[in-house]
Amino acid sequence: MQYQARVTRPYQRILNRIPILGDVLQQPLGVLGFLIVLAFMLMVLLAPLLAPYGYAEQDIPSMLQGPSRAHWLGTDHLGRDLWSRIVYGARIALSVAVPAVLIALSGGILVGLIAGYVGGAVDDVTLVILDSIQAFPAVILALTILALLGPSLINVIIVIGLAWTPGYARVARAQVLTTKQNQYIEVERSLGASQARILGFHILPNIISPLLILAAMDLPVVITFEAGLSFLGLGVRPPTPSWGVILSDGFSFIRQSPWPITWAGLTLIITTLGFTLFGETLRDVLDPALSGTRGA
Amino acid sequence: MRTYLVKRMLMTILVLVLVTVYLTLLIHIVPGDPAKSLLGPRANPDLIAKVRAAMDLDKPVLEQLGLALWSLARLDMGNDIFTGRSISELVGAALPHTLILAWTSLSLAALLGIPLGVYSATHPDSWLDLVTAVISISFITIPSYVGGLFLLLIFAVQLKVMPAIGLGEEGNILDYVKHLILPATALAITWVGYLARLVRASMLEVLNQTYIRASMAAGLSRRQVFYKYALKNAIIPTVAILGIGVGNLMAGAVFVELIFTRPGMGSLIYNAIQARNYPVVRAGVLVVAFLFVAANLLADLLYTYLDPRIQLGKVRG
Repeated sequence: MQYQARVTRPYQRILNRIPILGDVLQQPLGVLGFLIVLAFMLMVLLAPLLAPYGYAEQDIPSMLQGPSRAHWLGTDHLGRDLWSRIVYGARIALSVAVPAVLIALSGGILVGLIAGYVGGAVDDVTLVILDSIQAFPAVILALTILALLGPSLINVIIVIGLAWTPGYARVARAQVLTTKQNQYIEVERSLGASQARILGFHILPNIISPLLILAAMDLPVVITFEAGLSFLGLGVRPPTPSWGVILSDGFSFIRQSPWPITWAGLTLIITTLGFTLFGETLRDVLDPALSGTRGA
Repeated sequence: MRTYLVKRMLMTILVLVLVTVYLTLLIHIVPGDPAKSLLGPRANPDLIAKVRAAMDLDKPVLEQLGLALWSLARLDMGNDIFTGRSISELVGAALPHTLILAWTSLSLAALLGIPLGVYSATHPDSWLDLVTAVISISFITIPSYVGGLFLLLIFAVQLKVMPAIGLGEEGNILDYVKHLILPATALAITWVGYLARLVRASMLEVLNQTYIRASMAAGLSRRQVFYKYALKNAIIPTVAILGIGVGNLMAGAVFVELIFTRPGMGSLIYNAIQARNYPVVRAGVLVVAFLFVAANLLADLLYTYLDPRIQLGKVRG
């Protein structure tokens, strides 16, 4: 009975952590982050209600205009409403960031579990491969692959997922190395549990918590990364309103109108700030020992 | 220490070999013919065959891999398939500008970020500490391309007080520096935030130690204690991330060089990718990977120099 209680503890610990929002909202920076994330989520969910125009709807006579009653944030070089494009852009940002982070998280967990648990030569080889992938700056890795694959929403998701996998694999591996030393793993093994059972039911639940926190904190990084790729013309294709595409269009007409760059840039900064503040407060509340693990 | 250095050198070579292998295999894994995508759908078969031969694509994969590794061993980057110029020449012309940009950005970030972090740590929980926290987190969240676009928009387009593009007049150092200010600031913004946060965290840790309290009790000035005794130890963890910093700066350089139309490794690789000029892409990415690995090694060595208690090679991972 006592043994059973021990193996269910990790799950209970995760469940106990669900009502954490109250703790996050005790911190002023956590509140600010939460409000920004909430506004972002509302933009994603209510885009058709919040946007007065379609994101590709053109009004050529009123192109490159400043904020007005008809167009709250002004218009771009094709007379498209900037507010509507920014609101729909939130959907694109999230629809790239969430699957990309999930791909990286799952890939990283798989690689980290195998390398950390099997150890020996498998671990050494995996480390060298991870090192060599991380020797490319992510942008250059992504640009190289996208130049070959061609720009598209799906390709951007795959490339970001691949570029982020080594980071998760490293953290997962380090966690496995510590977790597998625990006595209850030895007990399971001596009771005849299969490797898959030990990995899936005993090691995974113990390593998942810091990885989920990392995933939450990577969302804003991936959002800016996608916008960067779209800015370079290798991400989401026009007229889809990625914030990077709005910036890129704005850059081409920077001498005619400051508004596209100003609004898309500010939206990107505020969104990233919100997710970062929320993520950092969440991390401090969930696992204070992790503070500072993601210096750069 | 010597064993560690030899191991790290071997690791560097291994990483470069693997990067070469990936870049060679990538062209084969990804669907489509690079020569066709370079020349467009209406290119004639003779021209396609010529370009394939120039890129060694007409040879079996293993032979291509062997040739790529042999080029790496001879440090020969080959020739640009468009202009016929030696790629080493292209890299030689671009690299110094990127290194100057990266170095200036890091220096600028240190000059602003470290005092900001020290101030924050020495006034914990004050409202100025909160303001500094918000400023540094905001800086961290400003991507280099947004920072670059804003700086360009404000100082070059609207106020017209700074030059917008290029390197400046050839041979005129003052003009070169003037053209460096906006790109270097764009690249430094994120790092000001990182350094301020890191220095604050490690300073807070150091300030709690007995030797600091003893120095205070001995009557030394706060300035002397903070900057001479505490910062010396607090700065050590910051050095460790400088290696990673070089990678981030290289990534940021792609955007900044493009926005400010500066020559450099970022724009060299980007333009080569756009033109599907794979030999230049391969050489450029290899140089960047080498810089990244070398910077990490340098950061490790600096780390042991600053804190002789750290013994490299004793801890794995």
